[in-house]
Amino acid sequence: MSSKAVVPVSAPLDWQYAPSRESTGIVALKERYGLFIDGKFRAPLSKKYFPTINPATEEELAEVPEAGAQDVNRAVVAARRAFDEDWGSLPGKERAKYLFRIARMVQERSRELAVLETMDGGKPIREARDVDLPLVAAHFFYYAGWADKLEYAFPGLHPEPLGVAGQVIPWNFPLMMLAWKLAPALAAGNTVVLKPAETTPLSALHFAELASEAGLPPGVVNIITGAGATGGALVAHPGVDKVAFTGSTSVGKLIRSQLAGSGKRLTLELGGKAAHVIFEDAPLDQAIEGVINGIFFNQGHVCCAGSRLFVQESIHDRFVDKLKRRLSTLRVGDPLDKNTDVGAINSAEQLARITELVEAGQLEGAEIYQPECVLPRNGFWFVPTLFTGVSQSHRIAQEEIFGPVLSIMSFRTPEEAVEKANNTPYGLSAGVWTQKGSRILWMADQLKAGVVWANTYNKFDPSSPFGGYKESGFGREGGRHGLLPYLKGIGL
Amino acid sequence: MTRLDVRKTYKLYINGEFPRSESGRSYPALDSHGGVVARVALASRKDLRDAVRAARMAVPLWAGKTGYNRGQILYRIAEMVEDRIETFADQLTLGGLTIARARSEVIRTIDRLVWYAGWCDKFSQVYGNLNPVAGPFFNISAPEPTGVVGVVAPAEPALLGLVSRLAPALAGGNTLVILASEPEPLPAITLAEVLETADVPGGVINILTGSPVELVPWLADHMDVNGLDATGAAEELRIRIDQGSVHNIKRVVAVDDPDTQSPFLIAAFTEVKTVWHPKGL
Repeated sequence: MSSKAVVPVSAPLDWQYAPSRESTGIVALKERYGLFIDGKFRAPLSKKYFPTINPATEEELAEVPEAGAQDVNRAVVAARRAFDEDWGSLPGKERAKYLFRIARMVQERSRELAVLETMDGGKPIREARDVDLPLVAAHFFYYAGWADKLEYAFPGLHPEPLGVAGQVIPWNFPLMMLAWKLAPALAAGNTVVLKPAETTPLSALHFAELASEAGLPPGVVNIITGAGATGGALVAHPGVDKVAFTGSTSVGKLIRSQLAGSGKRLTLELGGKAAHVIFEDAPLDQAIEGVINGIFFNQGHVCCAGSRLFVQESIHDRFVDKLKRRLSTLRVGDPLDKNTDVGAINSAEQLARITELVEAGQLEGAEIYQPECVLPRNGFWFVPTLFTGVSQSHRIAQEEIFGPVLSIMSFRTPEEAVEKANNTPYGLSAGVWTQKGSRILWMADQLKAGVVWANTYNKFDPSSPFGGYKESGFGREGGRHGLLPYLKGIGL
Repeated sequence: MTRLDVRKTYKLYINGEFPRSESGRSYPALDSHGGVVARVALASRKDLRDAVRAARMAVPLWAGKTGYNRGQILYRIAEMVEDRIETFADQLTLGGLTIARARSEVIRTIDRLVWYAGWCDKFSQVYGNLNPVAGPFFNISAPEPTGVVGVVAPAEPALLGLVSRLAPALAGGNTLVILASEPEPLPAITLAEVLETADVPGGVINILTGSPVELVPWLADHMDVNGLDATGAAEELRIRIDQGSVHNIKRVVAVDDPDTQSPFLIAAFTEVKTVWHPKGL
């Protein structure tokens, strides 16, 4: 052995990532946007506008119109005319080519759209760039191919479009939700009036510009901005044949009651409180990454977030220790920084809701853990949070928090895990981690959830159906099944 | 002063390269009036074996791509053909088509490619399924590519016929060795140039020009060719193909009308794989 001196290691190095900030120069924001109706951007008849802000800085980005009842009517009339005169009778292969073209144009402008998505919504640029935008393009590409193959999708069903679809989407994945809504609707031959969420309207309006550049006939896609009242007017409009909504269960129930007796077709993709079940034989390091991704992806603003963690008792303490260690390495802050793991909370309102539920968790006796974390001064932020000692009846085990907050519970047997996992009115998704294949499939059979991820989590693909059981909604988006809600069918 | 035009040399397309025939042979491609348009390579059985070897080497790469990715590449081929509509149309008029009909054939070729592009990530959703076996098992069947597929392209339509035979096998994840139309070989070689610029990996599609009577028996007998589209083969060669297919049980497909599109043609060059897995604690 040589006797060379070893460099002594004293205190842990205190070092930071060099900031790697994505430039916003690629996005040309307008001061004020119009409603995209019948192929043109138009000032609202309501004459009302509201600001949209960057939740990471609270700076106003632009003003967008608040569509009133007259604007909604104008959009629906345009969509109806486009359906009757144009799109509804266009051969499938021509519809396909428009959608392929849109997919290509999204790919071409993906960087700009990713930056815009991050500015308006607060999500980390890494996610907007690597997850949202590729999936948006893929979704259009996938459904483009179905447009002229509908007769192969469902044996015995003569495929016919419904007419005008009214679609209302949430703020967590603004452009991706737009793609999930528009692509199957257009592929099936419907025309669309879509309302993006009031806190994230910009990417949809930039998409409208793109659709216009793609030469999409006027009226086929109409984008109207506004809040709940606008959405309510859209779904209630008698000229709308089909309503598709993604958002909270409470609003979903409101829409269901609004449509009662109208005969309109409806699909709902609502909230979730997904169980993430870790068995003692799971590959723990991979499971840790899966759990982290499951709850902190997009600040936990994910309807399928793995927000209830069930760890087998024998590994509970070890797993929680590992999880805490991993939590302390998450980088919270500027969403435009490519190093950022957890971005800004989407709005002050959502931050208040998360804060309220976390306080309830503490009051009800669960034990909170939050890593040390320096948050920016402006904007809306929440430190990644774990709760241990959670019981089934706690609000943080029952209610959807829609934020970076994980409730941890334990179980002894697989039957107990199933019992606890299914103990929720929701049923959107679930995760299972075990090395044993037969147990994965047994669990998948028992879990009342529309998507079950095994030894992975939060995986999405346009060819794979997504949607919930129970109060997480009905209907599926994605895959062959995602076409069915947009076609005339039997008893639907 | 008139400028002397620069003529293109029409070569084979093997493994992403454009070699002449190793045999050094060529034959004249004639127009409909019997005039010589160009000389094209007359492929030998050695060229054919090289092409099969290239196709075999490319199987893991092409079959291993996701359906989404294959779809993007087929769509890219369509984009590149669209860019050369006039070139293809001019070549088709040499075979006697009017320019209007030639253009229409090219446009239908593009639409066909787009149609099959869309199938790449969908046909397994139509031809695959979960089987409700009577027991605690997860049981799923899904189509997988057959492997290397030989294609005897029809003499005509020279472009649409070729692409209609090529696209379904390609969409299904197979790699190809194609014998182009003997009387009208030019569009096939121009298509090879398109493929080379359309993100199709080298070796996935190999195109030979030459004599089917000479080459088809070697293709039919080749032990490393798993399937054969005999649509373009004349009657007596069909029998030879059936005989050759016996050696390694080739899947032989032939359609009456070369201008046919169907997802069944994708399924024709796939193998259904069924996976069983127990469910239980």
